[in-house]
Amino acid sequence: MASRPHFDIRRQPGFVAIALFTFAVLYLPIATLVAYAFNASDSVTVWGGLSLRWFVEASRNAAVQDAAWRSFVIATSAATVATIAATMAAIATTRTPPYRGLGFKYAFINQPLMVPEIVTAVALLIVFSRIKVWTGYSGLGYLILAHTAFCIPFAYLPIRARLESMDSSLERAAADLYATPWRAFRRVTLPLLRPGIIAGFMLAFVISLDDVVITEFVKSGGQDTLPTYMLGQIRREVTPEVNAIATAFLALSVLLVTVFFVINRKKA
Amino acid sequence: MASAGETARQAERKQIRGRWLLSAPALVIIFVAAIGPLFVMLAYSFMVKGDYGDVKPGQYSLDGWFSVFFQRDIFDDTVTFADAHLSIIWRSLRLSVITTLATLVLGFPTAYFIATRPRHTREVWVFLVTIPFWTNLLIRAFAMQQVIRNEGILNSLLRATGIIDQPLQIMYTDWAILFGMVYVYLPLMVLPLYASMEKLDFRLVEAGYDLYASRLAVLRRIIIPLVKPGIVAGSILVFIPSLGAYVIPRVLGGGKNLMLGNLIELQFGAGRNWPLGAALSIALMAIVMVALLFYVRNAARSGAQHG
Amino acid sequence: MHWKTAAAGAAIALMGFVGSAAAEGALNIYNWGDYTNPELIKKFEDKYKVKVTVTDYDSNDTALAKVRAGGHGFDIVVPSANYMPIWIKEGLLLEAQPDQMENFKNVDERWVNVPWDPGRRYSVPWQWGVSGIGVNKKVFGGDINTSAIFLDPPKELVGKINVEPEMNDVLFATIKYFGGDWCTADREVLKKVRDKLLEAKPKWLAMDYSVTEKLPSGDYAGVYYWNGAIMRARLKNPDIAFGYPKEGYPVFMDSVTILKDAKNVENAKLFMNFIMEPENAALISAFAKYANGVKGSDQFLPAEMKGAPELVVPAQYEKAGEFLVACPPDVAELYTRIWTDVNK
Repeated sequence: MASRPHFDIRRQPGFVAIALFTFAVLYLPIATLVAYAFNASDSVTVWGGLSLRWFVEASRNAAVQDAAWRSFVIATSAATVATIAATMAAIATTRTPPYRGLGFKYAFINQPLMVPEIVTAVALLIVFSRIKVWTGYSGLGYLILAHTAFCIPFAYLPIRARLESMDSSLERAAADLYATPWRAFRRVTLPLLRPGIIAGFMLAFVISLDDVVITEFVKSGGQDTLPTYMLGQIRREVTPEVNAIATAFLALSVLLVTVFFVINRKKA
Repeated sequence: MASAGETARQAERKQIRGRWLLSAPALVIIFVAAIGPLFVMLAYSFMVKGDYGDVKPGQYSLDGWFSVFFQRDIFDDTVTFADAHLSIIWRSLRLSVITTLATLVLGFPTAYFIATRPRHTREVWVFLVTIPFWTNLLIRAFAMQQVIRNEGILNSLLRATGIIDQPLQIMYTDWAILFGMVYVYLPLMVLPLYASMEKLDFRLVEAGYDLYASRLAVLRRIIIPLVKPGIVAGSILVFIPSLGAYVIPRVLGGGKNLMLGNLIELQFGAGRNWPLGAALSIALMAIVMVALLFYVRNAARSGAQHG
Repeated sequence: MHWKTAAAGAAIALMGFVGSAAAEGALNIYNWGDYTNPELIKKFEDKYKVKVTVTDYDSNDTALAKVRAGGHGFDIVVPSANYMPIWIKEGLLLEAQPDQMENFKNVDERWVNVPWDPGRRYSVPWQWGVSGIGVNKKVFGGDINTSAIFLDPPKELVGKINVEPEMNDVLFATIKYFGGDWCTADREVLKKVRDKLLEAKPKWLAMDYSVTEKLPSGDYAGVYYWNGAIMRARLKNPDIAFGYPKEGYPVFMDSVTILKDAKNVENAKLFMNFIMEPENAALISAFAKYANGVKGSDQFLPAEMKGAPELVVPAQYEKAGEFLVACPPDVAELYTRIWTDVNK
């Protein structure tokens, strides 16, 4: 080593340049999108000065308000149900000697991650349209159910990770002190698990909020969410209003991810 | 003794039953709204298509599957390969493979770069990769559209620097879809690669240099084999959604350059051929399963080697 | 504890919201994209205190497939004339008897006894127009009153053409280009049609819907598209000109109908009557720039629409226009297969 004093074993030629290029590629389109959201002119290509005009127009657009509220309702409901189901499933599949059906459960819970979304979407179109005709009910329930299903694996991951890293001695101590299993769970396990549950909920919430494909195929009349509304708009005449909506959406996602990041960091 | 063993076994059985009950809600929801419908779709692929969409109940046929691969000529009824479908499947496969390779070429150095930063700054770089990852896919495709369109920022830059004088027509071509997919799926490659590089033992790299290996040899013989699980995981994570891409070709491809996802949608909409759409979906899933199987076998093998 | 109480409260509130999704004063309209004037909707909402949602579709087939699948939740749909027989035959439409409505007297006689709905038992006119040629005259200065613009494009336009992705309109123009009749089953003509489309398609840039934006911006230089959209493009860029293909071009009318399984039938009927009011019909046209079928609406139209070249057919091209009707099922099947072949 002494013969090569300044030799950095970690260096690979050109890697830093490619990495910095990659980060530029990741952020250039988003930056363009955000910049034009503040454009004063009618166009997404001609710059007409700085303005909040399109944010105002978007917030006054009744269709946008409806879609935003619907997105929020679906994401909240789906993430809540998915988190509860995923927490129960995580408790049932961790800190246990392997038993028959455990591998099956893993595969089952992670299934929505492995099938292309378009396939699930058309399969749901087939089944739900039948059920809608049979029952006469065509409300938001179908969207919430579909979202819950693909949110479960995302909620499951951090909860399971948290459980596996948790020390079970406290719970055993509680049991030794004659706490009922339910009491031990509520007083000991649940508080310890809370960061995992919050992280799982937020992941599920973002995933539901972002969904385009499954929503596009399952929605009934007048059930546009913000992403499917934007999908419709992008094919038509694009004004910076779409950029403004996207930017607001982006800000929300960044906020959620930041919180998620901070929570996970504390845990580690 | 015997009764104690009996009680223990009973307790164990009771515990397992409890665990099944606990996981029941998740399993039921996923069955009802994800797995079950796939079986219904499998059945639909063997049914007779309805005149204006849907299927004719109770009538079965292999036409859906037949027309995935073959077609009858409109004018002389000869049977030939369905080059319309096969060329779309081929385009999907080709674009997905190129996307995977391109994300690997960009993502590998990026992950390596992050993994070789000081510990406290690594998290910030990872965070910077995570943000685009959690940003809505549609928004990112839309952002890419604004970059590559004729009056977009890319063409303006190229024209300002005098590289070109006419705007490059990128929108509505396979290039647009490719750019979009690479951009959108790049984080899916970087994150697993980083996860395996973070654990990289640089003493092995050092040993390589002590044996007077070149930087390229160290990269090829030491680093790449060690992070292979990350390469495989990243490739799978990029390849699968690329193959089933629907939004990106729809937003960037202009309706002329279909991918498998759009072909499937077409059959359930304007094409009015649900059995064909169902068969195409199952075919897409089959390709994905083969890729996953490859991954599982690879993971098992590398697990046996290193674990 | 209290965060749990809050969560439970929120959950109950959400359930309530989900349950009441089908509120009383609602109307769900399923219409072509970029076709419905928001002002018209606003006016209707204010007048009748009804909450209206408009969902887009991009082709007759898409609309038919979605509604045919069931559980769609729409009240009103706006099919084109050549699809109306299918909608009626499939039992998807409600016989709403608009001919008994108060404002029916305003409907132009020309659009009352129409072949697809004699006497208007199911539908009222929304808008009508033609598919024609739009060209940026700065890019190409030659004759544009021909389908050759997109079937045998001049070299200035190659790679800059957009064609509407509507099967029947495209096949209509191509069949006429070879001198055939619409709904012909003559295989010799149809073979030429398919081969010509296969040859022309690589010279097109896209088959998409964004003409009102991308024709004026220069992304497209030539289009085969609907006249109203091309007029909107011209208003943004005066270099755009409209041409009527002399070989033959299709005329369409889209009509407002009520679905049999509509949940808000009364509101849908109110809407039907509402749009037969001349002032409201003019609002429809003022937005999408197509003609409507209501007498007396002309006086309410914006000035730019009066005598517009996209709306007033020159005498020598009048005969070339022909109403696009539905073809018999076996012919339609043949056409679909040609279209699939072209769209690979």
